[in-house]
Amino acid sequence: MHNRGSNKISSRIAQIRLVSSHPEVYEPCDDSFALVDALLADRSNLLEHRPTLCMEVGCGSGYVIASLALMLGEEVPGVQYIATDTNPNAVEVTRETLKAHGVHAELINTDIASGLEKRLAGLIDVMVVNPPYVPTPEDEVGRVGIASAWAGGENGRRVIDKIFPIADKLLSDRGWLYMVTLTTNNPSQICLQMREKGYASRIIVQRSTEEESLHIIKFWRDFGIKPDAKENVTVNKTAPARVLDTLLSQVHRLSLKKSGNSNSS
Amino acid sequence: MRLLTHNMLLSNIKGVTNGFPLLIEVEKVIEKPVDFNPDFLKNMFLKADWKALVDASRSLGYAELPEETPESSAIDSDDFLRKFHHALLELHLEEGALVCPETERKFPVTKGIPNMLLHEDEV
Repeated sequence: MHNRGSNKISSRIAQIRLVSSHPEVYEPCDDSFALVDALLADRSNLLEHRPTLCMEVGCGSGYVIASLALMLGEEVPGVQYIATDTNPNAVEVTRETLKAHGVHAELINTDIASGLEKRLAGLIDVMVVNPPYVPTPEDEVGRVGIASAWAGGENGRRVIDKIFPIADKLLSDRGWLYMVTLTTNNPSQICLQMREKGYASRIIVQRSTEEESLHIIKFWRDFGIKPDAKENVTVNKTAPARVLDTLLSQVHRLSLKKSGNSNSS
Repeated sequence: MRLLTHNMLLSNIKGVTNGFPLLIEVEKVIEKPVDFNPDFLKNMFLKADWKALVDASRSLGYAELPEETPESSAIDSDDFLRKFHHALLELHLEEGALVCPETERKFPVTKGIPNMLLHEDEV
């Protein structure tokens, strides 16, 4: 039961002036803001969900993980945050950003969740990812430095496709995954592939420019779907029109301001 | 780095079969208070590797946790939960290293952040 009285203070998110920076670290941009807006849009669900462990893969400047920690705040007592990044500068910047906002997350400098996967399996209730999604030549993927923040190889899918099986392992039964994608990444195909693994999905935020659209997708385990059941699911290079229509009809076009101060439910 | 994180980390070097738990080399430990939350602790109690936690907390200078793995009824004791809370969440390894038990390779910990990045020949 949503209590409107408790929303009189608008949700806090990270403030740009308190976000630390470094030349080799990706600064908060439209995709970061869109992801935070998606989390804000889903905030009442997140509060009700009462996650125990929340994780960000690829924390960059720390803008997103700090925002998540701030927006859940004291209303989810006992929640712990974890964030990883392959870029050592990024984890240091994130550390500074978190400190500036008075929130804490455990930080690990590692490739996605390397070293954590086995023991954290099935424990993550909320995972957020703004992956390197830009289509680039394959040899640009995974290079040291700031390019690792965007270089996504063919169709921008290389790192995304690496992250999904890891997320599947880490997510708890009630785990939720929020991921940023571009139209080029073929989000409808991604949703179909995830459906085969037993995940339902919904586009929470979509932001369009002339050239591209950002889609922030939420995935969750739907125990009504049989994993790997192919009767109603076909994975083609282009999604069937009816699937696309279904997904598009679920798009929530929110006109949230970048400042993120909104009480949309 | 909290001991909760240490309890979830293992050596990710290729070929290592027994990479848990990582040994701890301590240079600097700090304590930061955290709100006491019994529900979270009871949850984590089920997942934590007790021996790894006890050994790690002792390397950080905290010797209050019992050596033997407590019975599940231990979580009903406020006294026990508070000690568990302190070890799991309030002790931080700020500077030092985590050491692979099998290869002795060191993963540095700087400003509380462990660096688990592997070299090319370790992947």
